[in-house]
Amino acid sequence: MEHTSLLERILRGIALTLVVVFFMFPIVWILMMSFQTNETILRIPPQLVFKPTLANYTALITGKLTTAAGTLDIAFMRNLWNSVFLSVTSVAVALLLGVPAAYAFARHKFRGSEDIAFTLLSFRFAPALLVLLPLTLYFQKLGLANTYIGLIWVYQLICLPLILWIVRGYFEDIPADIEYAYRIAGHSWFATFRKIALPLAGPGIAAAGLLAFIFAWNNFIFALVLASADKQPVTVGALAFITSSGIQYGQISAAIVLSITPTLALALYAQRYLVEGLSLGAVKG
Amino acid sequence: MTAATMQRNRPSGFRISKKVLPYVLSLPALLVCIGILIPFFTSVVYSFQRYRLSQPWARQFNWGDNYISFFTDPRFWNTLEISLLYAGITVLLELLLGLGIAMLLQKRSTLNNFISIMLLMPLMTAPALAALMWKLMTNPGFGVLSYLASLIGLQDFRWASSPSTALFTVVLVDIWVYTPFIMILLLAGLRSLPTQPFEAAALDGVPRSFVFFRITLPMLTPYILTATLFRLLDSIQQFDIIYAMTQGGPGDTLTVFQVEAYLNFFQSTNVGRSAALMIILWAITYFLSNIFIKNWLRLRERARGQA
Repeated sequence: MEHTSLLERILRGIALTLVVVFFMFPIVWILMMSFQTNETILRIPPQLVFKPTLANYTALITGKLTTAAGTLDIAFMRNLWNSVFLSVTSVAVALLLGVPAAYAFARHKFRGSEDIAFTLLSFRFAPALLVLLPLTLYFQKLGLANTYIGLIWVYQLICLPLILWIVRGYFEDIPADIEYAYRIAGHSWFATFRKIALPLAGPGIAAAGLLAFIFAWNNFIFALVLASADKQPVTVGALAFITSSGIQYGQISAAIVLSITPTLALALYAQRYLVEGLSLGAVKG
Repeated sequence: MTAATMQRNRPSGFRISKKVLPYVLSLPALLVCIGILIPFFTSVVYSFQRYRLSQPWARQFNWGDNYISFFTDPRFWNTLEISLLYAGITVLLELLLGLGIAMLLQKRSTLNNFISIMLLMPLMTAPALAALMWKLMTNPGFGVLSYLASLIGLQDFRWASSPSTALFTVVLVDIWVYTPFIMILLLAGLRSLPTQPFEAAALDGVPRSFVFFRITLPMLTPYILTATLFRLLDSIQQFDIIYAMTQGGPGDTLTVFQVEAYLNFFQSTNVGRSAALMIILWAITYFLSNIFIKNWLRLRERARGQA
């Protein structure tokens, strides 16, 4: 390892540069497009130098796009709000349901506990449409079609397994003796859970919540199948843009930038926990 | 501390017996999931029915007909072939690339850590939006990649809109999104390996290829297996990228399982065929996930052991 030749270091440098360019280029390019007018976007060859404009973002944020043919309404802010609301609520529900369950699975080896935990895990790997297609028919009967409640319920398919398995690992890492000591001092299990287990597993719970948020935000198929335009999150909404007439490429780019910024920012913030979250607690970073 | 004192110290009032408590704690999560399990069984029932949304009166059990007709249905064989091809190509390329990048970044340095964090960005981009980004970049009119392709002599390279290059294009997007996943898992694996075998090998002047194939790879195997199976399970079910990019087209070039089931359900309203497709896909993923969970558990035990 120590005797790295100059040639090898140069080759490594070139390889790393290529890697960074390949993975960063699309993000940088779309970011650049979002500050361009349609005229500069359509120019060939593509322009690297241009006069940046905020018009695309203004159009999205005000929801009004003024073109030669008249004013056009863009519902993108509605999509953005839907994404925020659906993701935040789904994660809150998943934490409320998942953290106590994770504690039960970590601390009490009860009958069928492993089976239940694995059943929950298997949801993560079942084809989404297997459940979604019959669910559309059921939701219509139950009146849950195109409602936030129905969507939040289905979003538990992504959030719950993630939270359950990551948080369970954090609870297992807390030595049981600390909790016993507190119990023996005369406190109830609930006080023990609240005062000892929860604070000690706190960082893990927060990380699991952030990751669940990212996955909920990035989900596409659930809302595509179960929601119509007024309830759709950005993933579905931005796609509808490309087929709707009058919308320009700059605005689509700006919409993409606004849609991916929250998850990218959260990911950078929580990157220490990403490895663990992505592997559902199997690999520690 | 005797049992008697423990008994005395038990708080009075709100008390749930130790046996019931875990069930009480996990019950709400279970109830929510049972609601989601019901549609699964409904799918099984649908798959044995002749059921078209456009002809609800003609709905009846035809038992295995949906499945039997698959044998002579070229569309089905196309679906199976393209799904396996897509999963195979993406996972293999992502594994090779991910391993390569992980090894480039193995040494802990500020630059390497910075790059590995940057590479997370594609992974955190919603796959549907990633497909949209690439769609803009490969637009035949103004797309920067179409322009670059024309510079190297590929005039009129049609990317996702031509049957001959559509698979290549969606695979490229998949690689862009998911290679960092394998990279980050393998990087964590590489950095957790014990250093002694490598120091000993360096001391003895063992060739680097020998170190790689006889020490690094075997020790990394559980990580590679977990990452590969994880990706395989997701990739064989890929929907977001393909649907957002081409909606399964052009023609039926990219009608992988979930896209085909979606089109069957919403366009030809053939619920029975759609459900049968999903059951077959489920059988494949069930088989894979059983292998996966064994490996994943072993790795998890190890990670917990280090804690």
